[in-house]
Amino acid sequence: MFKWLDPYAKPETLYRICGLWFPWLMTAAVATLLLGTVWGLAFTPADYQQGDSYRIIHIHVPSAIWSMGAYSSMAIAALIALVWQVKAAQWAVGAIAPIGAVFTVIALFTGAAWGKPMWGTWWVWDARLTSELILLFLYLGVIALSGAFADRQTGAKASALLAVVGVVNLPIIHFSVEWWNTLHQGATITKFAKPSIDASMLWPLLISILAFGLWLAALTCLRLKTAILQNEQHRPWVRQLTASAAKEG
Amino acid sequence: MFEAVNLQLTAGQLLQIGGKNGAGKSSLLRILAGLAQPDDGEVFWQNLPLADGDFPQNLCFIGHLSGIQPQLTALEHLEFWQAAFGFTATDGFQVLATLGLAGLEDIPCQLLSAGQQRRVSLARLWLTTRPLWILDEPFTALDQSAILLLQHKFTEHLENGGAIILTTHQPLTQHFPAAQLLELAYRW
Amino acid sequence: MVMFKAAFVREWRLLARQKADWLNPLMFFLIVLTLFPLGIGAKPNLLAEIAPGIIWIAALLSVLLGAERLFKDDFRQGVLEQLVAAEEPMLAYVLAKIVSSWCSTALPLLLISPLIALLLGLDTAAWLAVLLTLLLGTPLLNLLAALGAALTLSADKGGILLALLILPLYIPLLIFASAAVDQASLGLDYSGQLAVLSAMLCLALALVPLAVLKALKLNVG
Repeated sequence: MFKWLDPYAKPETLYRICGLWFPWLMTAAVATLLLGTVWGLAFTPADYQQGDSYRIIHIHVPSAIWSMGAYSSMAIAALIALVWQVKAAQWAVGAIAPIGAVFTVIALFTGAAWGKPMWGTWWVWDARLTSELILLFLYLGVIALSGAFADRQTGAKASALLAVVGVVNLPIIHFSVEWWNTLHQGATITKFAKPSIDASMLWPLLISILAFGLWLAALTCLRLKTAILQNEQHRPWVRQLTASAAKEG
Repeated sequence: MFEAVNLQLTAGQLLQIGGKNGAGKSSLLRILAGLAQPDDGEVFWQNLPLADGDFPQNLCFIGHLSGIQPQLTALEHLEFWQAAFGFTATDGFQVLATLGLAGLEDIPCQLLSAGQQRRVSLARLWLTTRPLWILDEPFTALDQSAILLLQHKFTEHLENGGAIILTTHQPLTQHFPAAQLLELAYRW
Repeated sequence: MVMFKAAFVREWRLLARQKADWLNPLMFFLIVLTLFPLGIGAKPNLLAEIAPGIIWIAALLSVLLGAERLFKDDFRQGVLEQLVAAEEPMLAYVLAKIVSSWCSTALPLLLISPLIALLLGLDTAAWLAVLLTLLLGTPLLNLLAALGAALTLSADKGGILLALLILPLYIPLLIFASAAVDQASLGLDYSGQLAVLSAMLCLALALVPLAVLKALKLNVG
């Protein structure tokens, strides 16, 4: 099983692949990001209810979606790392975690900034907001754990295990927070059902979502490359690489 | 960390791993004991990779950590080991007496000297019937008589078809006919 | 089974000789409970309203406090490394550790729960709910705390890190347990919450020991 994964799991190959993909992903991410935000911020009509402040949706929704997407991909990498003992997958966990955490912070911050004009308060103990906050705590736990060991390998393995534990717990946490929320407050503010969105607003939003996904992938490639170099620095292939780079430079 | 380590050990043989501080003796032992994975290469036990065979059931590993809990007595340690490692019932008092710990069986180990604690830790070798012993610096803190006693135990074990891998700084005083020596050196 | 018994007996001997290990978390629990009325005000209505929450927060903090020692000594002294190398029934060892930690940190909480009810002005029905939720919830606390202890075993600053990792995972338990006590003090049925707690406990019992085992091995290896 997963024999086809084996050749890609070799750090050297993975490093090359990441290096190959990174410029394309980055270019695509910047292009779509520009397109999505400029279109969304400048060229879509204002919302009839929320005025111009709804435009933050083009940053808020993509970052919220990808904060969860990043956690899922991190958990998948962690599972691969634990089950098949793939070292590169361990490093991928460490590479994704900070990006996901930043996405979560962006989602929380833009959410608060949006909440202020809409709900009149920066923060409400709404189920989604609370879940997102707890997601941030889980990310921070993974990051803290990976940096807590004198032995980097142990840190990578432990944080992979924690990521898997977290992904098992996330649905339970989300469900319980939702239940708690309906118990404690009525559905006054939580009734934040998305009104059916007009196509003129939907397209830039979809492009923004795509852009954030590409951005996540590009950053992951970059960070994974760095992690591979750091962990393999004493291997012959890295030495060769640095030697030839030094010659050229 | 290591380059070009290639060795083979058969029943009745003793392998002594030497080298300066930091040469990687303990790391090599941990790899041989299956506690750490080598970056490259493999370790085999009876022609099977370590993870596949019944290697753990054949191993008695005593690392440089003694495994002694300061609050427990020597006898309580022996009891735990007998149950935990499936050692066949041997009279704990007898073993402790052999090791020169008669009368100290019921004293918490924190009150024993370092050498005495080491003896308690090594008592496992008298309890076990497992063929492969991997010992990290077994002679640390032991006095001359205990070192001799331990080497006699080694001889007995080797004659019974066992095998021993150990690290030590000091040369073995007793002669072991089937001994190999592996010297590790640290290279930048 | 032999291993379970051996590890259990060993743990009890250690607890009997290091009383601070289980007495201190208990005292911590009582002191935290005392602080809340002092900080918030001792009006009986207010106390009864916040009692479920503070009982549970104090309980999970005190269990966490006692968790760090769980595998620390065995790790430092090399017992774990010998067990891993010999691939002995580690699961039995882990279970023995968790069961004995429940007996030493959570069982005392159950025993003094009538006292807590008196202190916080809870009636008999609410006290019964506290007792039942503690009975179902504290094993979950111990299981997750053991996981945290195992994960942070060889970390440099294990203690506080352990709390950071595990506290978010306690949220579902906190929500349902304090809701049950809440319901009980209003005279409502809380069997639903108890059922959810039992379900979470069953899930954790099935999965957490395996994760603890994995975490121990990767810290030793």
